[in-house]
Amino acid sequence: MSHPVDAPLIELKNVRFGYGERVVLDGLDLTVPRGQILAVMGGSGNGKTSLLGLLGGRNIAWSGSVRVEGQDVGGLDGSSLYALRRRMGMLFQFGALFTDLSVFDNIAFPYREQTNLPETVIRDLVLMKLEAVGLRGAAASMPSQLSGGMARRVALARAIALDPMLMLYDEPFTGLDPISAGIIGRLIRRLNDAFGMTSLIVTHDVNETLRIADRIVLVSDGRIVRDITPQEVRASDDLFIRQFADGLPDGPVPFHYPAPAYAQQLLGGAVGGGGAHG
Amino acid sequence: MVDFFERLGALTLSVLARLGLATLFFGAVFARMAQGAKRGALLVREIHFAGVRSLAIILVSGLFVGMVLAVQGYEVLQRFGSADALGSLVALSLVRELGPVVAALLFAGRAGSAVTAEIGLMRATEQLAAMDMMAVDPISRVIVPRFMAALVSLPILAVIFSSAGVIGAYLVGVELIGIDAGAFWSQMRASVDFRLDVLNGLFKALVFGVAVGLISVFEGYHAAPTAEGVSSATTRTVVISSLSVLTLDFILTVLMFRGLN
Repeated sequence: MSHPVDAPLIELKNVRFGYGERVVLDGLDLTVPRGQILAVMGGSGNGKTSLLGLLGGRNIAWSGSVRVEGQDVGGLDGSSLYALRRRMGMLFQFGALFTDLSVFDNIAFPYREQTNLPETVIRDLVLMKLEAVGLRGAAASMPSQLSGGMARRVALARAIALDPMLMLYDEPFTGLDPISAGIIGRLIRRLNDAFGMTSLIVTHDVNETLRIADRIVLVSDGRIVRDITPQEVRASDDLFIRQFADGLPDGPVPFHYPAPAYAQQLLGGAVGGGGAHG
Repeated sequence: MVDFFERLGALTLSVLARLGLATLFFGAVFARMAQGAKRGALLVREIHFAGVRSLAIILVSGLFVGMVLAVQGYEVLQRFGSADALGSLVALSLVRELGPVVAALLFAGRAGSAVTAEIGLMRATEQLAAMDMMAVDPISRVIVPRFMAALVSLPILAVIFSSAGVIGAYLVGVELIGIDAGAFWSQMRASVDFRLDVLNGLFKALVFGVAVGLISVFEGYHAAPTAEGVSSATTRTVVISSLSVLTLDFILTVLMFRGLN
């Protein structure tokens, strides 16, 4: 690769993106150096998942540039994009395991599709990845037989199958009990360091994030409003940061979705909740 | 009034947009047929799911349709003293029309709906997105084998349906009503033409296979990723497939058989 090792792995400059007429990201700048675990936090609907889509080339920015390892992701043709994706892993929110394949075959999938390795080698590799997430004993199970946390770990083993340079995590802790979330968190940290990866985690889970991330960015109104370390989060008395860290319902981020005045709406008898139809 | 035209315009635009989407999707599917054909094991698996598992319903339906045809056909034919022609009546009806059409309708209900629901759920649970992120093209891996399975299965199912129908008609016409077996078979052999009847019937089934296959995979691939989205996509598959089969059958019948006599 011509891309220098000390250059940032991810570089987003002035990115604008949205769906239809709705702007989700507006002037977002972000740089992630190699080896770091970056957590992206922010309220739902703030374009965090869109950000993962942009990095994986599933979304194309309206304007601005999205570079991974120096390559402009939006400008890649089909085969170059697939070449880049082979060096990326993504853990989807609920794992996205192939429900018609066993745990073993799910993890063998990337090897069978992307390499010409003989089955005996694939078998060993699959068992090694399963061992890494502690689920070698579940190789023969079907995804429907797994708990949420186990399914997430199998999906993680599948995502790291081809030893990616970059791991993208979409809400890896959502819907998990604290123990399973802790296991996933520790795995993310351990795999990142053991395999020399760079990780980007989109999450709401403050506890796990503070424990494993090197850096946290808070996204609001389509741009990054805070860029801090976990230590700074714990020490900060910034109202915005405290609202996130302590999960306060109201603060700089309002509890109420914009609406007409409450009393006026109750008395006026409008049904639709105001807004465009009001 | 303005409201009416506004809605009409919006409806027209959405139908056109959907047709455009479908055309692009069909282009993408056809462009990947060669790649998909190399995945022999996947194709065999899908033929098993779509074709082999439809055998029971096709065989039983064919048998009953043949038996009903024999009863009704005998009623009419014997009025004109030509009950011996039952064999040719049944065979021609089945091979030209009922075999391909009814098999296609049953296939849309049994296999097409299942394919739509499966692909729709794969989409809703992000399995297609995961595949795409693993640099595996979901269209060649998931869509093309299922489409080709419909293409391969339906003509074979149509032949099986017609054969079961002929056996059903034989059981009722010859064994039950008592028509002469020799007359039943010889009339059939004399009137059914291989190219005109059998090949045309097979061609119809192939066209229906393309239609039902494409509609099933398209509806699944573009289903909204919710329970409601998958359920309405499944319904649309059955409704649109059935209407397409009947419309295509009329067009093909006119093209194939008009002006023959």
